[in-house]
Amino acid sequence: MPEKSGAEILIDILVEQGVDTVFGYPGGAVLPIYDALFQQKKIKHVLVRHEAGAAHAAEGYARATGKPGVVLVTSGPGATNAVTGIADAFMDSIPLIVLTGQVATNLIGSDAFQEADTVGITRHCSKHNYLVKDPAELATIVREAFSIATKGRPGPVVIDIPKNVQVATASTDVKRPARTRFTYAGEADYAEINRAVELIANAKAPILYTGGGIINSGPAASEALRELAELTGAPVTSTLMGLGAYPASGDAWLGMLGMHGTYEANMAMNQCDVMVCLGARFDDRVTGRLDAFSPDSVKIHVDIDRSSMNKTVRVDLPIVADVGTAMRQMIDVWKGRKYKKQSLEDWWARIAGWRAVDCLSYPGSTQEIMPQYAIERLFEATKDKSPIISTEVGQHQMWAAQHFHFDAPNKWLTSGGLGTMGYGLPAAIGAQLGNPNALVIDIAGEASIQMNIQEMATATQYRLPVKVFILNNEWMGMVRQWQELTYESRYSESYSDSLPDFVALAEAYGWKGIRCDDPAKLDDAIAEMLAYDGPVMFDCRVHKTSNCFPMIPSGAAHTDMILNADQVSGTMDDEAKALV
Amino acid sequence: MQIKQELTERHVLTLTVDNEAGTLARIAGMFTSRGYNIDSLTVADISEDHTTSRITIVTKGPPPVIDQIIAQCERLIPVHKVTDLTEAGPHVERELALVKVNGTGDQRVEAMRLADIYRARVIDATVNSFIFEITGGPDKIDTFVTLMREVGLVEVGRTGIVGLMRGAGVS
Repeated sequence: MPEKSGAEILIDILVEQGVDTVFGYPGGAVLPIYDALFQQKKIKHVLVRHEAGAAHAAEGYARATGKPGVVLVTSGPGATNAVTGIADAFMDSIPLIVLTGQVATNLIGSDAFQEADTVGITRHCSKHNYLVKDPAELATIVREAFSIATKGRPGPVVIDIPKNVQVATASTDVKRPARTRFTYAGEADYAEINRAVELIANAKAPILYTGGGIINSGPAASEALRELAELTGAPVTSTLMGLGAYPASGDAWLGMLGMHGTYEANMAMNQCDVMVCLGARFDDRVTGRLDAFSPDSVKIHVDIDRSSMNKTVRVDLPIVADVGTAMRQMIDVWKGRKYKKQSLEDWWARIAGWRAVDCLSYPGSTQEIMPQYAIERLFEATKDKSPIISTEVGQHQMWAAQHFHFDAPNKWLTSGGLGTMGYGLPAAIGAQLGNPNALVIDIAGEASIQMNIQEMATATQYRLPVKVFILNNEWMGMVRQWQELTYESRYSESYSDSLPDFVALAEAYGWKGIRCDDPAKLDDAIAEMLAYDGPVMFDCRVHKTSNCFPMIPSGAAHTDMILNADQVSGTMDDEAKALV
Repeated sequence: MQIKQELTERHVLTLTVDNEAGTLARIAGMFTSRGYNIDSLTVADISEDHTTSRITIVTKGPPPVIDQIIAQCERLIPVHKVTDLTEAGPHVERELALVKVNGTGDQRVEAMRLADIYRARVIDATVNSFIFEITGGPDKIDTFVTLMREVGLVEVGRTGIVGLMRGAGVS
């Protein structure tokens, strides 16, 4: 009976599962797997410069390609460094397979060199995890892990493999049956779909509130959403994670909702009579003050995860199903029963009134580059190239969400739930590896970019032409903004002191560096960035004290948006201060 | 600013789970990480082939939180089935306690008398100590333990409750 080592079995199963790229960093406890990788040609290994970068790169790869991202790191610090990315993928429902080395089984628990309780540490920030104790179990576990990571609500799965399990051999010709011990929602119950369609068809002020679940469900779900919006005539808004599912150029588009969403989206959410939540989860950044959240609407919630139902907001009609399938069912029922699109003229007239507020307008300047202007010009220069945009976390992220517009899914990579600074550059690298011909841009802040700046070397090594567009205002802008809103502008530690010279840094890593601080020269500088066949770091010096508006302050209702800086008070009561 | 407390209900949940390493930690840890309460938790292998365990958890929370607890339990891969016995209807709950009482003379006689009334069995005795075994609902055991404090209680061990639905149905 032919036998193979655990490491060889692992590689075989990864190939069987369609893996072509692994993001990793070697170390003592994964040397047998690295040796097996060296001796094959089917899987490309991408060497990152820090394990956090590996996890975020795999997330970017997964988000941009729709396939699971695979991470390979060593035991102890390798695994703990990857934890932020695992937690990030768990919050944003990104399918990852994280392979971690572990000390040999006989050493587990002895505080061996580079030992950490990886399974314990990742238990509550992964969808599932395993400690493999026998190479004979490896094939079954890895197959099940792929299934768990990608089916139902996607998420990260960690497989901890002790070094002796990688070396020991097991028989390979036993085709073990795949375990089927978990179920996941697919099609919705037709009674529920009928009721949902009836509610939408009779609504005077419906709204489709969409989220990242539509992106996760696949391109067909985005198609279904467009058709559903067209059939019903309802306006569409989206969470940060769902941008691109409905085209920003579409007639029904209201813009993003939530804390930094548009006035029209938030007012429409507040005033609607039927809310259809499609693959979103009523996050606190979306709802604002819960007791004032859309008080008079009937709420329909389609989600693949039962635990999302009634978690924060009580809904009237929960539908546990794949959101793409459920929307297709709604379309079939709508057509089958020959419902007619309502005129909804009054509703759209009210929306037009809110739109007229022009909430995304900002003061212009001929002296300095306004950060919003920089995003607008970047969008204008790249919109015909169907770019993939990643972001870090902070003001620049929200400005990108507001002023960059997406017409297709899988083009927008951002850390929504966990809010991880340092996500954007490695995510852009992962997205570029999955889409070698795409234009990939990380819209960054000067503070966030420094959190995983070592990954510049990864882009250099693999000749990845990623662009990093830094909105450099010399502040941790979102922290400063909250200090202005809440703590009377006591700027505790939010100034970005001792910044590197980003142009010189770019050149040191073999990148091109561009600096621009003049709005009149911005378009040319962006064109120069896009024309360069290789990685570029763009240090865009923007107006230093701009804040991100509109904004629903902490603990406020959708109707209490701050539209511009004049409305900022500088203090808040303790109840509001306690909210994140 | 004061931190608000909500009114809570007591619920008994039973979970059918895969009998494998880490399952208990996964469930208990989920309760901790999401801020849910565990009043008691029991777990034992219940299947012929040793692949399945049954966990009984007594928890407290406002009704929406109980719903969330059930949904979060169901979301865990090794959890196959969750039943809320409290919601499911009539059911029996039983717990076993071992109660050690030290004493001599009248105190010892009184302990013995009370144990008899509560149908507790003596499973160990010396000239100055007893260990009683008592089975019942949690209220009965609470009351018994309170009484024993008066007559020389030195140590208690409780199993936490297990429960089954009344009648032919299964949970």
